[in-house]
Amino acid sequence: MEVVENRFIQGLKDSVPIGLGYLSVSFTFGMMCVSSGIPVEVAVVISLTNLTSAGQFNGLILILEAAPLMELAMSQFIINLRYALMSLSLSQKIDKKMSTLDRAFISFGITDEIFALASSTYEKVGRNYMLGLILFPVFCWTLGTFIGGSATALMPETLRNALGIAIYGMFLAIIIPPAKKLKNVRKVLIFSIILSCFFELIKPVIEISSGFVIILCTILAAGLGAYFFPVKEIEHE
Amino acid sequence: MSKYLPYILTMAIVTYLIRMIPLTFFQKELKSPFIKSFLFYVPYAVLGAMTFPAIFTASQNLIPSLAGTIVALILAYKEKGLLTVAIGACIAVYITELIL
Repeated sequence: MEVVENRFIQGLKDSVPIGLGYLSVSFTFGMMCVSSGIPVEVAVVISLTNLTSAGQFNGLILILEAAPLMELAMSQFIINLRYALMSLSLSQKIDKKMSTLDRAFISFGITDEIFALASSTYEKVGRNYMLGLILFPVFCWTLGTFIGGSATALMPETLRNALGIAIYGMFLAIIIPPAKKLKNVRKVLIFSIILSCFFELIKPVIEISSGFVIILCTILAAGLGAYFFPVKEIEHE
Repeated sequence: MSKYLPYILTMAIVTYLIRMIPLTFFQKELKSPFIKSFLFYVPYAVLGAMTFPAIFTASQNLIPSLAGTIVALILAYKEKGLLTVAIGACIAVYITELIL
């Protein structure tokens, strides 16, 4: 007999640390949007409808470049493709009796952190638990964007410049610890970075848009990684 | 807002479909080790390419950006939290900008 965790309140409790973490990351997103000329309400709507960090930051860059929609769609697809894996993995983890509509609804809230919690803590999870787990992080993600965007206009330029590096600091905090522990992750990461720098160097000769550079680097680095260093059991932290 | 609507819709729809389709429609497990491994490596490849070389120009000027990068790398290597690393990098950039 499988035990299904399906208490809304339990989900809400579990989501508190995730939500607080999101507040700060989305603050940076709101700030970057407004300091590059995007209205705060646009930033808020993007956060509310996307709920993803790397994808939104990449989207922001492409919007500023006025990139074609097809390119935006493709780079969003590649960057967010990992959610498909999480979604797939979660399909084995949720209450079997969950309706198709409920499945479609809770899938909106799949993020790295929410997925990690939902899939690692209980034997099976139900709809109410998932709703509780998703609600607070979505609220924080949207609120943080609004606060970040609104506060930016009040800041002096030196400070705004300094805050521009925040998102990259966060990315480093995400990638360095696993790269330190796992040799193959390290190789894929370094290869992707070398490729990305290479495309930047040849930019004066061959102009490739930044969204497409990310797609190329990802497919090449992750593809070679998967070919030469297949992962036996996928671990999620 | 209307100027940005096509972009917002594209982002939102693509991202939602990626999340929704597997959970809603797939009931079987993925077998291909290649696809599984590829998806495992994707976040690292994406974040690596997004961070470098962009981080070197994150603050308009090279030297403060480099200072921020070094501080962020050290803190990340020591496995500090996301917020700590981000704020540490910002402080390094800010102080370097004030000195220069």
